[in-house]
Amino acid sequence: MVERTPILNFVTHLVLFIGFVLAVAPFVIVAIAASHNLKDVNDVPMPLLPGSDFWLNIKTAWTTADLGPKLLNSFIMAAGVAAGKVIISALTAFSIVYFRYPGRTFIFWLIFVTLMLPLEVRIVPTYAVVANVLSPYQTILDVTGLSWLIEKISGVRIALSFGLLNSYTGLILPLIATATGTFLYRQFFLTVPDELTEAARMDGAGALRFFIDILLPLSRTNMAALGTIMFLWAWNQYLWPLLVTTDQSHATAVTELKQLIPNIGGIPEWNIAMAGTLIVMLPPLIVVVAMQRWFVRGLIATEK
Amino acid sequence: MEKRVTFSRRTIGILFAVPQLLLIFTFFYWPAGQAVYWSLTLQQPWGGGNIWVGLDNFRSILSSADYWNSIAASLVFAAISTGLAMFVALVLAALTDRQLTGSRFYRVVLIWPYGIAAPALALAFRFILAPEAGFMAVVNQAWPGFWDPGLDGVDAMASIIAAFSWKYVGYNFIFFLAAFQAIPRSLIEAAAMDGSGVIRRFRDIQFPLITPTIFFLLVINITESFQDSFGIVDIMTSGGPANATNLMVYKIYSDGFKGLDYSGAAAQSIILMLLIIVLTIFQFRFIERRVHYR
Repeated sequence: MVERTPILNFVTHLVLFIGFVLAVAPFVIVAIAASHNLKDVNDVPMPLLPGSDFWLNIKTAWTTADLGPKLLNSFIMAAGVAAGKVIISALTAFSIVYFRYPGRTFIFWLIFVTLMLPLEVRIVPTYAVVANVLSPYQTILDVTGLSWLIEKISGVRIALSFGLLNSYTGLILPLIATATGTFLYRQFFLTVPDELTEAARMDGAGALRFFIDILLPLSRTNMAALGTIMFLWAWNQYLWPLLVTTDQSHATAVTELKQLIPNIGGIPEWNIAMAGTLIVMLPPLIVVVAMQRWFVRGLIATEK
Repeated sequence: MEKRVTFSRRTIGILFAVPQLLLIFTFFYWPAGQAVYWSLTLQQPWGGGNIWVGLDNFRSILSSADYWNSIAASLVFAAISTGLAMFVALVLAALTDRQLTGSRFYRVVLIWPYGIAAPALALAFRFILAPEAGFMAVVNQAWPGFWDPGLDGVDAMASIIAAFSWKYVGYNFIFFLAAFQAIPRSLIEAAAMDGSGVIRRFRDIQFPLITPTIFFLLVINITESFQDSFGIVDIMTSGGPANATNLMVYKIYSDGFKGLDYSGAAAQSIILMLLIIVLTIFQFRFIERRVHYR
């Protein structure tokens, strides 16, 4: 940009082009492999021109892995996580920025700590909690002696039990229980001028009114960014849905990929596997391409 | 930074925080506490009592060769994939930032891989790197037996590193590019006026100015390599062959849910938690303070 550097420019173009090829090649290979018949896909080397069985393979993969309902499940989970995050984070950030109450700093830190430990490392006990989501409260009642007291007084034995395995709630709620979005909103709320709050209060708006009519419309950009990032993140979850959905009816598209791994013995049906992969890859790819601006913005804002 | 103007209804304020607090209590603090408790007791898989065993679970894990093997595999995986993904992304971002023709296009495309689910790209890479079909089969035809991730641990490790790095190049690229673009153009132009070339400018101006991003990404990549690797390992190698790719999170899963050893899995979780906490604290304390040139 500043001076003429023909050799370096050539190298730049060359390296970037190689990077482009490496980034795109897997997508292309998957698409080409998905278009071959069983014999061609196992040829060495695999023919690089697309075959003619694309729609047939897509159809086979669709029915083998039962992708229709699975994609719907993925969509419900991802949309649920995105919506839940966008709403709950906004509420919490509003609470810690716009109010002064005892324990506010403590709550801030309680939420902050959740950034440190991802779901994957506390997976076993989280699974146990989801199996009976009221078990923490039951244990608290038992340990404090409250359940004994209640049994003595009312004669009712307390046995709280509410399982969330194989339900959308069980899929979604644990994924929302982190702090990622809260800090995004907090940073933004801190930049909203105080004069705006003063003006709203002078006009007689209460906290709720101010939140709904002024703060939320101002945060639309943040909501779009956070929503995009969370949608993708939730869509791409694997370990959690794998554990929670023991029943096929709630399995997600990503966990269903495992059904498509060709089994050893016999000619591996890579064409079907790649067709399935393509179907599962496509929705997040479309989101990334269509929402690129929000995606990049959300990534940078939520992590920093 | 604090707000000068606030609302006075404290109850409403606290109510706004309640949903989040309930969620993190139920799905974060309780399970984390449970993990600590389980790691100190011997749990029956299907309920029905537990025995206090103190630190025995940790002792038995730390004396198991399998566990150390898993730690070693995780560290090798973390080191190589982080190094690879960051180096490639740094080069691509630095070159894209030169803003030659077409750099807009690269800026869009190079981000795509990060959007893909780890298991989906794992299945794609499993095919691409399969020994009997796909692309490594060509190499195998020339040198029979050269490549087989199903039998050779090193090949298997190389496969999961390739898949993970491919995804995280896209991620690192986004952050590096943002960091490069945040450097004032006038700074670089001034240096060019003083006669420094492209390489010199990169070494003495751009690189020092993006060190905070480098360290930030270093920590994030290492942490992600512990968690996001699960799907890749599960689809590509299932921890095999001979535990060569049995990374820590995968081992927690297979011990806990397949071996039903809840106590052992909990103890492993605690060790992994400590590792990640140390990394995070390192990031906040050390990096945020020391590496700041602006």
